[in-house]
Amino acid sequence: MNIVAKPKLSHTILNYILLIVLAAVVLGPFLIGLWTSFLPTMDIAKGNFLSLHLSLQNYIDAFTQTPIIRYLGNSLFISVATMIAQLIFCSMSAYAFVFLKFKYRNFLFGLFLATMMLPFEAEIIPNFTTVKALGLLNTYSVMIIPFLTSAFGTFMLRQSFLQMPAELKEAADIEGLGHFQFYWKIALPYNKISLLTLGAYSFLGAWNQYLWPMLTTFSNAYRPVQNGLRQLQSEETFNDWGMIQATAAIVVIPTLIVLFVGQHYFKSGMNEGAVK
Amino acid sequence: MLKSPASSQTKPLAVNQTKQRTKTTFALNAKDKYYAWIFLGPSLLILSVFIFYPMIKTLYLSLFLTNTVGKPTVFVGLSNYISLLTSADYLSSLGVTMVYVFAVTILTIAIGLVLANYASKELAGIGIFRTLFSATMGVSVSVAAIFWLFIFNPSTGFLSLISTWLHLPQIGWLTDPTAAMIAVTITTVWMNLGFTFLILLGAIQSVPTTLYEAANVEGASPRYQFLHITIPMISPTLFFVSIITLIEAFKSFGLIDLMTKGGPTNATNMLVYRIYKDAFYSGNFAQASAESIILTAIIALFTWLQFKILEKRVNY
Repeated sequence: MNIVAKPKLSHTILNYILLIVLAAVVLGPFLIGLWTSFLPTMDIAKGNFLSLHLSLQNYIDAFTQTPIIRYLGNSLFISVATMIAQLIFCSMSAYAFVFLKFKYRNFLFGLFLATMMLPFEAEIIPNFTTVKALGLLNTYSVMIIPFLTSAFGTFMLRQSFLQMPAELKEAADIEGLGHFQFYWKIALPYNKISLLTLGAYSFLGAWNQYLWPMLTTFSNAYRPVQNGLRQLQSEETFNDWGMIQATAAIVVIPTLIVLFVGQHYFKSGMNEGAVK
Repeated sequence: MLKSPASSQTKPLAVNQTKQRTKTTFALNAKDKYYAWIFLGPSLLILSVFIFYPMIKTLYLSLFLTNTVGKPTVFVGLSNYISLLTSADYLSSLGVTMVYVFAVTILTIAIGLVLANYASKELAGIGIFRTLFSATMGVSVSVAAIFWLFIFNPSTGFLSLISTWLHLPQIGWLTDPTAAMIAVTITTVWMNLGFTFLILLGAIQSVPTTLYEAANVEGASPRYQFLHITIPMISPTLFFVSIITLIEAFKSFGLIDLMTKGGPTNATNMLVYRIYKDAFYSGNFAQASAESIILTAIIALFTWLQFKILEKRVNY
């Protein structure tokens, strides 16, 4: 009774129908948003959803009447800075935990692990007082400095460094390579995939910050895009759904392109992690 | 914080690696101490200032009464906690958060599993569907809020339009307490789907095909195979994503702020939103600190559980 070995045509068609329905459901909100971004707000307000007055006017308005480009630029700067800092500082601390012998190493590592249990959301009160005292409110720094490093990134890179063959370090010692040289010339290139993965995660993490920038920035000059979109909705544009959707599309489309193009690399990164 | 799927895979192996390394320990070098300061210093400084110190400070503040600028005035011991845990208002927030967290987790995993199961079939062009299903990974919180606020909008929204066409009663999606909770839950689940799907797809694809071949020979139905091969084989990953989803849901703030602002009538006033309101609107820093500590305890518990489960995977 070997029925399933060779799937029937009807089975295949049924699978495709199901896949298409699922894709439509998942992408629905996005497609509805994209469609409305091309409609005049008048038509949206009247519920004339199948209007054919399609135009790019909402996009032109979004670019010319809102600081959306500024918001995107702010977010890009903050996210890239956070990513670079985390790659450097997490890899340095991971290096210390793997290749250096010092007193309290295990204790300090335990402390790092413990921080992964502490949600930043529960620490906003003292942190707000701290950055206020440091005069950092409403600057780029306030959104970068608290996230220069992460316990999670350190932990992840430590796992990766631990899997380097011990012979590499021994050979480097014989060659007379110091810690800085070994870290820079061997450890970092050897763990490229893990660094790429951490880079993607730290970038996304910074890009998606919401609560902290909301507390610490008050002007469009520094406001990142997540809070910028909220700002636009609370302003007079609130009922201009066409333009709001256009700003959402402007924000999401570059991310989606990066995601689709990068997915190949991203997936091979995940598989790499699995195989190791 | 996003958790890397890669780390979940590498973590178990490291246990053995650590043992090996301590065996082949390189000679203890006195200079290492100075290098350790250089390599570890920056991270230690940042974590001390922005994680350790604020946690201790929050704990400290939670035991006092505070004035309007957040300075402690009178030591009151545990009384902030006692008044919170006996306040119907706070307990309702806690309850609302629990309902939301568990609904989000169960729905995210269930739908993610359906998507991953169908996307794991070897069909021509399946790569396109895999890419489409993972798309919500690229959607950030404020973009998701805009898409769904439009769908749920009472006057011009997509759902109200559909209701008009089909002559169904209109639902005040963001004005009715129950409906608002459903709306926020749906939006969160939708945002989570891309990431959950990708991880579950990876897990399903790594199940050895020989198991399915053997089941086919036995004549087992696809349903039977899914329930008795796929699910048990990917159960460690299922636990892993469940806990990550759960922890992230406990920390929800952005969507609440963007969609409901905790309302209507506190129906979606979840733990983090409450901390924010109590501290930065009402100026009740002591109470917000106690709430922060309760939140930390809950999250620490689940994170600890996650570590335990990951440890178990070593033996798997």
